[in-house]
Amino acid sequence: MNDQLKHLSERVSKGLMTRREFVGRAAALGVTAAVANSMLATAAKAAGPVKGGTIRMGIQGGESTNSLDPALAASMVPTVNLRNFGDCLVNVAPDGSIENRIAESVEASADAKTWNFKIRKGVEFHNGKSLTPDDVMRTMERHSNEDATSGALGIMQGIESMKVDGDIFSVSLTTPNADLPYLLADYHLQIQPDGGFDNPASGIGSGAYMIEVDEPGVRHLFKKNPNYWDDSIGHADEIEVLALNDSTARTAALQSGQVHIIDRVEPKIAQLLARAPNVEVKNVSGPGHYVFIMHCDTAPFDNVDLRMALKLAINREDMVDKILRGYGSLGNDFPINKAYPLFDETIPQRSYDPEMAAELYKKSGHDGSPIVMQVADGAFPGAVDAAALFQQSAQAAGIPLEIKREPNDGYWSEIWNVQPFCASYWSGRPVQDQMYTTAYLSTADWNDTRFFNDAFDALLNSAKAELDNAKRKEIYRDMAMILRDEGGLICPMFNDSIEGISTNVGGWIEDPNLNIMNAMAGVKCWLTA
Amino acid sequence: MHPILKLVAQRLALSTMLLFAASVLIFAGTTILPGDVAQQILGQAATPENLANLRAELGLNEPALSRYFSWLGGVMQGDLGTALTNGRDIAESLGSRLGNTLFLAFWAAVISVPLAIFLGLLAVRYKDRWPDKLISGVTLTTISIPEFMIGYILIYWVSIKWGLFSSVAIINDSMSLGEKLNAIAIPVMVLTLVVLAHMMRMTRAAILNVMQSAYIETAELKGLGMLKIIRKHAFPNAVAPIVNVVMINLAYLVVGVVVVEVVFAYPGMGQYLVDHVAKRDVPVVQACGLIFAAVYIGLNLIADIVSILANPRLRHPK
Repeated sequence: MNDQLKHLSERVSKGLMTRREFVGRAAALGVTAAVANSMLATAAKAAGPVKGGTIRMGIQGGESTNSLDPALAASMVPTVNLRNFGDCLVNVAPDGSIENRIAESVEASADAKTWNFKIRKGVEFHNGKSLTPDDVMRTMERHSNEDATSGALGIMQGIESMKVDGDIFSVSLTTPNADLPYLLADYHLQIQPDGGFDNPASGIGSGAYMIEVDEPGVRHLFKKNPNYWDDSIGHADEIEVLALNDSTARTAALQSGQVHIIDRVEPKIAQLLARAPNVEVKNVSGPGHYVFIMHCDTAPFDNVDLRMALKLAINREDMVDKILRGYGSLGNDFPINKAYPLFDETIPQRSYDPEMAAELYKKSGHDGSPIVMQVADGAFPGAVDAAALFQQSAQAAGIPLEIKREPNDGYWSEIWNVQPFCASYWSGRPVQDQMYTTAYLSTADWNDTRFFNDAFDALLNSAKAELDNAKRKEIYRDMAMILRDEGGLICPMFNDSIEGISTNVGGWIEDPNLNIMNAMAGVKCWLTA
Repeated sequence: MHPILKLVAQRLALSTMLLFAASVLIFAGTTILPGDVAQQILGQAATPENLANLRAELGLNEPALSRYFSWLGGVMQGDLGTALTNGRDIAESLGSRLGNTLFLAFWAAVISVPLAIFLGLLAVRYKDRWPDKLISGVTLTTISIPEFMIGYILIYWVSIKWGLFSSVAIINDSMSLGEKLNAIAIPVMVLTLVVLAHMMRMTRAAILNVMQSAYIETAELKGLGMLKIIRKHAFPNAVAPIVNVVMINLAYLVVGVVVVEVVFAYPGMGQYLVDHVAKRDVPVVQACGLIFAAVYIGLNLIADIVSILANPRLRHPK
């Protein structure tokens, strides 16, 4: 029986048989689907990557207003484009470790204030120019420039000075930061010739693919860079990225075989799509979370009892079941989950407790007038339904919630970070330090819960300087407890990212950092047939 | 001056004024929308510093009125400027988008207009009998279903189930005409189904209206066949209302197909305009708005002129 299965799995890896057929045949031989799948994975690995072909991707979040300037990438299609044509100093690997790319090695001083990056030799930009440490420094300068409009400006602010010494690019920080490489792995920070100062939107990078066609909001075509330094990625001859913003358009394109990879499969159709032939649905749990945020400095949310009453009045299991259809996990009112290194699993899970909520609501002395929450489905898919569920579960605790529906258009400028109680979404960050620094430090640019807590800030700063991971884990636990009990964040759920791929896509791996393998599915996958 | 030429000149002058009015309205509309282009570009990643930087870079600190007039001045000289969001030349991007929109509209019109008129005539010929009822029933059904729904149904059957045509209608210059037609086949079907009923029913009503006239009775008494009466006597006199409704539907095919473009990811004007409205990219919105307004006004002008030419009473004013 084993020989037969082995033979069949080899047929699959050579593209002579579909994965689905194989699982069916394996079941007939008395093998469970799980075992069959793991056999396939082994066979595929043994077969190795297949070269050639065009990988087509249907991606949500591409507009005709997009540019190839790495500083301006804010949605998924531009991000995928950056991953195709560019390379960062370092990447965050799927297991959460740091993977060296343009940097050949990374070293920190003992106080974590000075970081040295040894720049790889023999890397060439698409225009034939060799990549030098100066290009790296100029890139960082462009993104940290006070006049810059880069999406990475926020994370570059802790840098005091930068210099180049031979093939070493070194960064000095104003305050220690043990996680600096994670910050520099940000997808905006693609190394460009002379930092992209002359023509940032040229699409010239040092990545595995070179841009051929750039039609913003429609399609982007990339050809393999023959001079790329790393043979382990970049298997297809071409990558075509189509902007398919409509969910049905994406699933139809995948089902009819026009694209091989799609992102953002809606939870409500994921099960149905998985039944279609030649299609597989992949869900990866990551750091992204759907939230309701309260401004801790605005009445009535400046009352810690009222905030806690609301946190206890939400039914998290219900949210995960009904809004995410099970494609997600429970939140615990702080923005961290097991996708992060140094996450502490022992922090108790908060659950729905209408009686306790009612008690705290009374204790808060709220006058009983409706508490207005503003939502739009643009905040996260299903936000309006989630708000309605919240309203019902809060009603059972005697808390009067009023849902005010807002238009998607202008939501991020008019409601989020402006109004005191609204729905929102965070895609998460590679490390806890960055997540907290971005949104929960008193001085954070995006302190969208208006959380000002000196003890919390002090803990965060001490964690930044701490290179001992066991000690940092403890500090992060203390911070999580403060935020969970006193913060303005109601975090009922972490959403999985759900993607659909054709069965002839090889090399797929789970990457919790960002959708579609940290936006690198095109660069890392291959076509088996 | 010939009275018809005078009439056309008057219409043209009026149309130009209408275009100006449209440009003012579009500008005012985009200006009062919440948030500006800098805010929309940066989205959730906006910090006060990079917002201020981007605003300065894009010249948004100048008063709205001066921005409007500097834009208008450019347009007068044929310069549509560059998009605020990605610095691309508007005329260039718009050119290819407009070409795509016209390509789709052309094929939809080539199929739907003759089909609608033919079905209208057929319905009159078999008035109140089963062909008439069938035609009315089917076209009224398709016009009543939202176009995205028709799109999804056709995608499911034609593309996924039968594998006939592509479900994504993205076309580009490197494709042959055959490949392009394959790509737009389903959107053309959707548009045809959407505009058919309107034109068909107007044709039917207009001809039936004429059929009640005395001279049709005369023709009948002369012993002419039904089809010949419709073709030679009724249809020419019903041209004016039919041309009007055809023009309205042609205008719809050019300016109103955003939903179809979204469903099929078709790179036309509609999606281009919507993206730039969402980002408050005023110069692009202005340019698209003006083109849409010009298409509407131009097609109406044509309808007017055709009606005048077709109608002897208007052709020879007292």
